[in-house]
Amino acid sequence: MQSTSDEVLIGRIANGDRLAMQVLYARYHVRVFRFVVRLVRNEATAEDLISEVFLDVWRQAGRFEGRSTVSTWMLAIARFKAISALRRRSDEELDDETAGAIEDLSDDPATVLEKKDKSAIIRKCLMGLSAEHREIVDLAYYHEKSVEEVAEIVGIPENTVKTRMFYARKRLAELLKAAGIERGWP
Amino acid sequence: MNAINKEPARHEIEALLPWHAAGTLSRGDADRVKQALAGDRELALRYDLVPEELAETIHLNETLGAPSARAMEKLFAAIDAEEARAPRRRRSFHLARRISELVSSLTPRMLAWSATAAVVAILVQAAVTAAVVVKEQGAPSGPELASAPSAGSFAVVRFAPQATANDITNFLGAYEAKLVGGPLSMGGQLYRIRLSETKLPKDEVGKIVREMQSKSKVVGFIAANE
Repeated sequence: MQSTSDEVLIGRIANGDRLAMQVLYARYHVRVFRFVVRLVRNEATAEDLISEVFLDVWRQAGRFEGRSTVSTWMLAIARFKAISALRRRSDEELDDETAGAIEDLSDDPATVLEKKDKSAIIRKCLMGLSAEHREIVDLAYYHEKSVEEVAEIVGIPENTVKTRMFYARKRLAELLKAAGIERGWP
Repeated sequence: MNAINKEPARHEIEALLPWHAAGTLSRGDADRVKQALAGDRELALRYDLVPEELAETIHLNETLGAPSARAMEKLFAAIDAEEARAPRRRRSFHLARRISELVSSLTPRMLAWSATAAVVAILVQAAVTAAVVVKEQGAPSGPELASAPSAGSFAVVRFAPQATANDITNFLGAYEAKLVGGPLSMGGQLYRIRLSETKLPKDEVGKIVREMQSKSKVVGFIAANE
């Protein structure tokens, strides 16, 4: 027996079905949370934001037209909320955060030990990518979104998605090189 | 093709490598990438770097944990507050949509349309029967009487994934049973069926249920329901 499809759940939510809302929440809250926490880098903020995301789903379910999948629609809402939250932070705060992430790649003692572990270094470098690059990488690799879906979530043309991914991977290679891993590309 | 001519085509294919590794390219693009990888050693070497990035991105995300129960509590408190302030207008009941949803959950998507007709027949039959009974008893008419009859003997059933609407119709017909409600739970897809319009002895209900359970092609799970 198939589980209830996302589209059916949205139809029920549009009719005020709280149980359907609980099912949809159970299905997606972790993924949406992880997407948001990677953008805002703060768990408490991310928790607040996912409540807002699902509240928007509750409010707007009646307007969902099924042009994209439900998960793509929700991630687009989540991204909008996360970007708005980031804009509320001061530029100074963001600069400190970015600098901190990059310093982490080479300066802390734990990183020195982790240099023995290539996987850990790659993860550290993935964390050092800018928010713009992180979201493309996460959407393509972790959330399994196609080029078209990423374009819809981020609100940019498909060719820009591909170009941005290329530069994200290039930046990752530079960070890896700085951390002592030469990949031979680009 | 010389190296200079090859570069733009390679660049275009290279941009698709992350999605090729993730398995989210269209069939056409995936075939193009496969062909290019087979004939371009340099591109294949570059592709070798992608699975590593993909695996570590998944690993990184999987270690991010999950939100606490606070997020859900906050969400449903907000929903309660909104509903208390201004209860939303329910969409009008859309029979075709409801039936289509029911059938979509019973059978593969391809069968949804043909199965809709069968379920319409089942529901119309149930509604007509209930309406006649209600009229004869002189009770006030109402949809809840048709959809949730209280007299008789009942069972809850989860139909087997491979069961088609025809199988289900024939199965219900063979036992003169009627579909009267469901799905009762979102995840389990349980449906309520009426085995008899009169209250049968418990052991007789048990016997019918055991017999129905043996129809493994149609029934995934069944239990008597008071």
